[in-house]
Amino acid sequence: MWYRPFPWLIVGAALVYALLPYFTDNVQLRESLLLAAIYIILASNLNLMIGYAGYVNFGNIVFFGLGGYVCLYLVNDFQWPLVLAALVGGVAVSAVALLFGLGILRLRGAFFALATIGVNQAIAQLVTNFEPWGGATGIYLSLDAYGPLGGPLQALWITYLLIVALMAVSLLASYAIRNSKFGLGLLAIGQNEDAAAVLGVPTPLYKALIYSASAFLPAVAGGIYFFKSGIIEPTSAFNLQTSIEAIVMVMLGGAGTILGPALGAFLYEELRGYLLTAETFSHFQLVIAGVLLLLIVQFVPGGLMGLIYRRLPRMRKILE
Amino acid sequence: MIGIVASIIDGVLIGSVYGLAAMGLTLIWGVMKVINLAHGAIIMLGMFMLYLIVTALGLPAYSATPVMIAVGFVLGVALYWIAVHRMIGRPELMSLLATFSVNMVLIGLGTAWWSTSPYNVPVSIAGVTWGRYTFTGTHITAAILAVLIAGLLYLLLYRTRVGKAIRAVANNRDAAELAGIPTTQVLSFAFGLGVALAGASGTLIATLFPFTVLSGEAYQLKSFVVTVLGGLGNPAGALLGGIALGLIEGLATPFMPVSWIPIVEFGLFVFCLIAFPRGIFAFSKA
Repeated sequence: MWYRPFPWLIVGAALVYALLPYFTDNVQLRESLLLAAIYIILASNLNLMIGYAGYVNFGNIVFFGLGGYVCLYLVNDFQWPLVLAALVGGVAVSAVALLFGLGILRLRGAFFALATIGVNQAIAQLVTNFEPWGGATGIYLSLDAYGPLGGPLQALWITYLLIVALMAVSLLASYAIRNSKFGLGLLAIGQNEDAAAVLGVPTPLYKALIYSASAFLPAVAGGIYFFKSGIIEPTSAFNLQTSIEAIVMVMLGGAGTILGPALGAFLYEELRGYLLTAETFSHFQLVIAGVLLLLIVQFVPGGLMGLIYRRLPRMRKILE
Repeated sequence: MIGIVASIIDGVLIGSVYGLAAMGLTLIWGVMKVINLAHGAIIMLGMFMLYLIVTALGLPAYSATPVMIAVGFVLGVALYWIAVHRMIGRPELMSLLATFSVNMVLIGLGTAWWSTSPYNVPVSIAGVTWGRYTFTGTHITAAILAVLIAGLLYLLLYRTRVGKAIRAVANNRDAAELAGIPTTQVLSFAFGLGVALAGASGTLIATLFPFTVLSGEAYQLKSFVVTVLGGLGNPAGALLGGIALGLIEGLATPFMPVSWIPIVEFGLFVFCLIAFPRGIFAFSKA
């Protein structure tokens, strides 16, 4: 895959993204970019389900929240190092997703979408009642937890770089999957699942694998993000609205493309930042997001990338 | 022993209101294969309709239900043309997203107007006392009204030409079109009907419990559980599914902490989706 320009484009963009706030020493810019990077991770992994396999996962935030919980639990109660704890969180959540996936992916279309809402709510309620994870109050990290990273201030920079790295890995993974046999099988499932099965695509296995794979990076990112925040509690970890916003981002940028969800996530986050600070709009943020989604779904189902491809067909060769 | 019987009766009373809420969802699914994710927001509108009728206009509480049925129908037909019409026949993802965007707009507007603080509309009706237990009047009235509205829906679907057309379109849209039924109008009528039912259930739920702008979401999830129990697209099953959910809630309450009940509900929901995708009470489709 490294013979083509697109992966290098991603690596270059990620380097600029990582170094920009460092050289300008702009903490506010770093925080805003960090949030955008989190959304890019969520959106591009959700795109594996929505854009490739054609399954809507309304509960995608479950992975992010559960990953955060596992990581913080390991860091707080067992003093594990951050990176190891986040990776173990990712593996654990992926394994759980694989088990769930084998069950609920027997459902198709709308039934699957409903089940994912159910899974999100059930896990949120379960964690709210789970005492070792602090129940409804959640887990708080003490300042000592940041010691191994050289204190809280330096920890903020390290977590930022880790998140940007995860963002780049998300995009590269999307690219690698789409250019593999596995990815072709997924795209076939997205087009027509019965036809794909007839042509020999092992559909139940592929669906469960992509469900599990789309859980891994968000879970790791969740671990690092909630470590940076120092606190995790059920309502913020399993916020159904964030799940939905991730869907808006994927659709805004263009489902099924690689750059699209990232573009959508970045633009949506910047737009939201603007709306939240503008006095008249702060109450109507949800309304505006809703109208935006409605307009995209009704009139430009291909999203921004769809528009770009239509206007500049030559860009298909460079931007994927 | 008598306590359990009382829990059962109260569960059935509340369950029939859940059933009414789910009927709107299941009707829309049955006719046009669209899951209306704005369902909860419309239940919320019903709740605030009751609030407006009682506190702003000073009218009797139960007059909110027919008003909301009328308003909900008009709103539903409008929503059909704005959000749903272009989605018919497209992948389910699109209609899910379209109705969800309507949900976001309604919740957003509701939050801007009423904030997210809790509201309560006191409705007092004499209850029925049985031994040490009292069944509140609001629960009994809400259940009676819910069953009454369900009966009217049955009459509409099975005893009128419009109902026949709706059932024909649900069965096979192309064949209905060939038989001269204006199917697009029927779809918009059915969507209006589904929204009206959801709104009506909202006015009844608000007489029972305090509510916020976000409460609709909880009842939307309950409606999903109910429709899955009763079979998607099956209004008669919805009423039975609602009563089943009410019974589960009523019977579970004495035996476990209240915070565990949602886990049982959602666990049951996912289990039923996988094990009985056509519903436990899978009778003939309406």
